[in-house]
Amino acid sequence: MNKMIAFGAAAVVALAIGQATADEEAELVIDGQAFVTKLDAPDDSPLPEILSGWRFRNSETQELQTDDFENPAMIFAEYGEELWATAEGETGKSCADCHGDASESMRGLRASMPRWHEGKDTLFTLEDHINWSREEHQKAKPWKWESQEMLAMTAYIGLQSRGMPVAVKTDGKAAPWFEKGKELYYTRVGQLDMACAHCHENNYGNMIRADHLSQGQINGFPVYRLKWQGMGSLHRRFKGCMDNIRATPYKRGSDEFTALELYLASRGQGLSVETPSLRN
Amino acid sequence: MANIKPRVKVPGKAKAGEAVTIKTLISHPMESGQRKDRKTGELIPRKIINKFVATYNGETAFSMDLEPAISANPYIEFSVKLAESGTMRFEWTDDDGSVYDIEKEIQVA
Repeated sequence: MNKMIAFGAAAVVALAIGQATADEEAELVIDGQAFVTKLDAPDDSPLPEILSGWRFRNSETQELQTDDFENPAMIFAEYGEELWATAEGETGKSCADCHGDASESMRGLRASMPRWHEGKDTLFTLEDHINWSREEHQKAKPWKWESQEMLAMTAYIGLQSRGMPVAVKTDGKAAPWFEKGKELYYTRVGQLDMACAHCHENNYGNMIRADHLSQGQINGFPVYRLKWQGMGSLHRRFKGCMDNIRATPYKRGSDEFTALELYLASRGQGLSVETPSLRN
Repeated sequence: MANIKPRVKVPGKAKAGEAVTIKTLISHPMESGQRKDRKTGELIPRKIINKFVATYNGETAFSMDLEPAISANPYIEFSVKLAESGTMRFEWTDDDGSVYDIEKEIQVA
């Protein structure tokens, strides 16, 4: 052993103890690429400034996202890359057969989600797009919203837009959805009689018991959440919030959650897409 | 995740006697054996990585026992001083007896 001395310094990421020790000045840089996690809000925004959820996490959790090797969400993105090239369904086609290199064809998609789908004449989330393409082009069974495959694919497609500013369209046919989402955001629900705004607009930065409340920005979804020990969709997060205020959650993929997703995306216009991000 | 895949990050080159950082991550559910299946009420059998060993040219460089409280996809990082070039071999032992391994060359000058 004299040739080689091992230090007994093993860092095992096992416990994420909810301490609000976020470094206010920290900036997110991944492999030299700088991310916008804080920006001045436009005049019509209800928020004084726009802050990514990354800024509300403690420094240990923040650091995990600065290194793609340490970020466990990248496991899912890699799995998504495998699925991208896997032939599926009756047509025996893979995503790559039509869309080619995801880094070109999927670039920017996540940043514009949710967005209007002309063919189906409705508002589509990224999940809706994937399942529509599976059914329409691959003649394959749609994936379940919260399946490992769907999470891996949304992580992989989202990764292609990482660093790009969130830019959703809220006008035209999407306008009624935007209004619906806004209404949901400010409507009190559940036994605790709370709306999204009570925590995420009026009290972000404060502690709610052991949790550090963020603005509820959605620029990092799907996320790897340490509490979940895995990846989760945005609509799973919505469901968790509604459970917490003892409301009956809407279904994943429901019109309500899709409308809320559009409204929330609009509140974070300009933040960098962080998909796949890491949260506690 | 269905597929268990080990990943390691080592510096390709190192200076003799200087500490280098080795990072490892394996995708693994780390099922604790204490959770119940929500539908049937039956315990989900334990399935974790229970041992991790890194050897360098056959000598143990680092090893640890893992317990059920460790999260899914365990990330393990350690530092090591190397005197000569060689191969670092990483082995994760699963409860079911499977061993997942990976090897990396390190040039020491």
